[in-house]
Amino acid sequence: MARDTEVLVLGGGSTGCGIARDLATRGLEVTLVERGTLTDGTTGRMHGLLHSGGRYAVSDQASATECIEENETLREIAGHCVEETGGLFVKRPEDSDDYFRAKLEGCRDCGIPARVRSGREAREIEPYLAEDVERAIEVPDGAVDPFRLCVANAVDAEAHGARIETHAEVIDLLREGDDVYGVEVRHGAGPGKRSDAAAGTTEEITAEYVVNATGAWAGQIGSMADLEIEVRPSKGVMTIMNVRQVDTVINRCRPKGDADIIVPHETTAILGTTDEEVADPDDYPEEQWEVEAMIDTLSELVPILAESRTIRSFWGVRPLYEPPGTGTQDPTDITRDFFLLDHADRDGVAGMSSIVGGKFTTYRAMAEEIADHVCEQLGVTASCSTADEPLPGSENLARLEAGMDDFGLRSPVARRSKQRLGSRANEVLATDEPNPVICQCEGVTRAEVRDAIEGSGADLNAVRIRTRASMGNCQGGFCCQNMAHELHPEYDEATVRAALDELVAERWKGQRHALWGEQLSQAMLNYALHATTMNRDRDPADATGDVEFAAFDGGGTRGVESRGDD
Amino acid sequence: MAIEDDVLVVGGGLAGATAALAAAERDVRVRLVSHKQSTLRHASGLIDVLGYPPAGEGPLADPFPALADLPEGHPYERVGAEAVRDALAFFDGIAGDAYAGAHTDANALVPTHGGTVKPTARYPAATAAGLASDDRDALLVGFGTLPDFEAPLAAAHLEAAGVPFDARGVTVRFPGIERDDAKVTRYAHLLDRDEPVETAAGESTARAALAETVRPRLEGESRVGFPAILGDDSADAVRADLADRLGVDVFEIPMGPPSLPGLRLEDLLFDALADAGVRVTTGVPVVDYETGADGAGSSGPARIDRVTVDRNGSEVPHSADQYVLATGGLVGKGVESDRERVSEPVFDCHVPHPGDRYDWFVDDVFGDQPYARFGLPVDRDLRPLDADDALEFANLRAAGAVLGGYDFAAEKSGSGVSLATGYVAGRRAAEGCR
Repeated sequence: MARDTEVLVLGGGSTGCGIARDLATRGLEVTLVERGTLTDGTTGRMHGLLHSGGRYAVSDQASATECIEENETLREIAGHCVEETGGLFVKRPEDSDDYFRAKLEGCRDCGIPARVRSGREAREIEPYLAEDVERAIEVPDGAVDPFRLCVANAVDAEAHGARIETHAEVIDLLREGDDVYGVEVRHGAGPGKRSDAAAGTTEEITAEYVVNATGAWAGQIGSMADLEIEVRPSKGVMTIMNVRQVDTVINRCRPKGDADIIVPHETTAILGTTDEEVADPDDYPEEQWEVEAMIDTLSELVPILAESRTIRSFWGVRPLYEPPGTGTQDPTDITRDFFLLDHADRDGVAGMSSIVGGKFTTYRAMAEEIADHVCEQLGVTASCSTADEPLPGSENLARLEAGMDDFGLRSPVARRSKQRLGSRANEVLATDEPNPVICQCEGVTRAEVRDAIEGSGADLNAVRIRTRASMGNCQGGFCCQNMAHELHPEYDEATVRAALDELVAERWKGQRHALWGEQLSQAMLNYALHATTMNRDRDPADATGDVEFAAFDGGGTRGVESRGDD
Repeated sequence: MAIEDDVLVVGGGLAGATAALAAAERDVRVRLVSHKQSTLRHASGLIDVLGYPPAGEGPLADPFPALADLPEGHPYERVGAEAVRDALAFFDGIAGDAYAGAHTDANALVPTHGGTVKPTARYPAATAAGLASDDRDALLVGFGTLPDFEAPLAAAHLEAAGVPFDARGVTVRFPGIERDDAKVTRYAHLLDRDEPVETAAGESTARAALAETVRPRLEGESRVGFPAILGDDSADAVRADLADRLGVDVFEIPMGPPSLPGLRLEDLLFDALADAGVRVTTGVPVVDYETGADGAGSSGPARIDRVTVDRNGSEVPHSADQYVLATGGLVGKGVESDRERVSEPVFDCHVPHPGDRYDWFVDDVFGDQPYARFGLPVDRDLRPLDADDALEFANLRAAGAVLGGYDFAAEKSGSGVSLATGYVAGRRAAEGCR
């Protein structure tokens, strides 16, 4: 029977997009389906740490070794997504000396460049570190933009012929006897979702092989074909500061615990995190104590955090997995390793494997291993090139700075645009049209927003993750509207309005956890701009009833008679 | 020695300026001190009174009957509906020809830069020809370099809102704007000064070139709307000149910050303050206050004796008989918060709020937001009340967004509350002088 595609990848996170790229560049025909926007699941909800491996150097040396290898690879192939911040494991007086020594030895065992810094030296690197920080281990941690990296994988997969279908939710696995041969998806399902296929229509996509890369959602997919996949989703909070209090990744040097890392990320710093098992990756409590813990505990390392402005908090769910019967109670003890579950071996159901566990930093190595497995199943012999071929945006980065002009942009805007776009800057920014700044906080111009719209359609949250527009201090209060303007006239007014509502709602969601001080004032200003000035909260265009315009002041030329007593 | 006045108004926005002007009508010495730039630069310049009742349907064609039904503690309920009318009349007197809408009790519906319409009671003369409750067809003109206003989209949105006319939008290049990130004041000043500009047809001037750019796009509409950048100091002349050249009415659509209509209103108010003899000191935060020994003894409320302002690092005492607090709400920083509490920073007046920070908001962004109502509770004389409903001070009144108990954004009542409470607070302060 002819199938629609050779390989069908479920899930548009880093793993799914990495697999799609890997297989597509090996010459296979690939379709990827994602129920929301790329990175909507766990990938877009992580702290942005590019692990050096230092974090696992004591507890899990195999992972640590893999991290440092992939860390070095990503710096090469995804330079435009990575900031080489460096990292410090800092030790406070109450933290164990033995652990500090074990960490240092572990790093050396795993090939992670590690160097001890005195408290004074550490404070020279990061002046806001607490006075009583005693020592630190310097490692090559980095910051990575998971959105950009994931999208770059998808773009490269598409360039090699893959079909990337977002807003396509898997509603059934197609199984005949002991063979899985595809899925049924619903396009544009859910409120406010927009895609190019008609919303609400369904489609069956058949494939030679199905890869379930849905992470924390893998169990839900498996159950559609009566397969049991024991994912143990675990939530964690990330709290975003409005500026970078640190330019280096700051880790607490102790075995494990909540609130032990600060990652500088673009214009912000991200505090993390908690680790709590949840039953449903789509529905779990986002709790105040988690936000308070980030600020209170991490201000032991960087005291200024206690008085600083946070702009929002968000939560992600780790796709943790452990083999049946392991019985680990505490989610912090569950391995971060990944598992390839071939359902033919495991359950006697052919045609599908599931990928669970793992971590962002090693997504490429995971994808390679899975792609090898898929090729083996399909009898394909092509080999992997993803460790050597730069991603779109990261080609010839060395030449980039020297060779490019500023496209008529103010230099801070030009610099940041180039950082985001990498080697694509020229193609995106060179325009004869007016190219004003759409998002002032992040320095995003119209050309970049339009490029993102071209890539992702009318979904403004997808535009947001590609460009960072609306992710700065004002949290979109000033620019959401302007982003929406760029959808017109390609998309009609009703679509633009719905897209704007969806973006504003998403921006509000995270701000709820930052509503005090400056950010509460900002929220009130945003509310006033959208409700008072624009009347977006009571827009007659959204209302069911008609406004009786004739009853209002027509400007003295017509309409209501003066009933004044003057 | 302290600088002495009869009435000291703290805050230089619409409420503070109105309070100072109302007080200055009496034979008293009035001073206004302000710290930050007022929030008028964020504001549309429209004078909303009440567009939507707190829990009801709207837009209200007539705001006045609804004033009687407001809940206890709402600023309008505190001052009474007559005071709202008096304050509007007072504003009309100050604004003169710069504002319209006084000919009727009815609200006007004004197009917003987001494309829908909003109800308002008074509107700048620059906006008068643009009312959505006027049935003449309109051409909206946007500029490629000004992403805040997308004219074709706004026109489509107006039609979706059901306006009784045909709206059409076009996007053009603004003659003389060279940089894509020019500030709105650059557009305004080009037109104010009618600067020479280069066009495809050769040398021209800013107004003529803009009119020539727009003229061929007209298709019989009798009015043309622009984003609110048509001049700053000479806005009336710019508008009249463009209307003359185009042969149609010209109007402005109020914009977000920085808002020229808001800045023009600020200029108008500060001119009026100067004319009224109000002493104005800007850029000076109030950093401390003292209560006097001559209060009503241990049982009565304290009297504020003096406040200290910080003028470039040196502390300057100001004393007055009566004080008006008009420092704004959360946006103007007249109300502040931290992780634990919400407070009023100048006199530490009581600000009611839920103890649990997660009760300060609701999950729907445009839902009934508790934080939007944060502010001071006051008696019917606008004097702040403490947690036991006793007066915080005998000689302090509060006006404008520092007051609690109303959601100006949802109600479209911000300017009206500032006017009404500013007017009442200023007048009562002057009357209360010993």
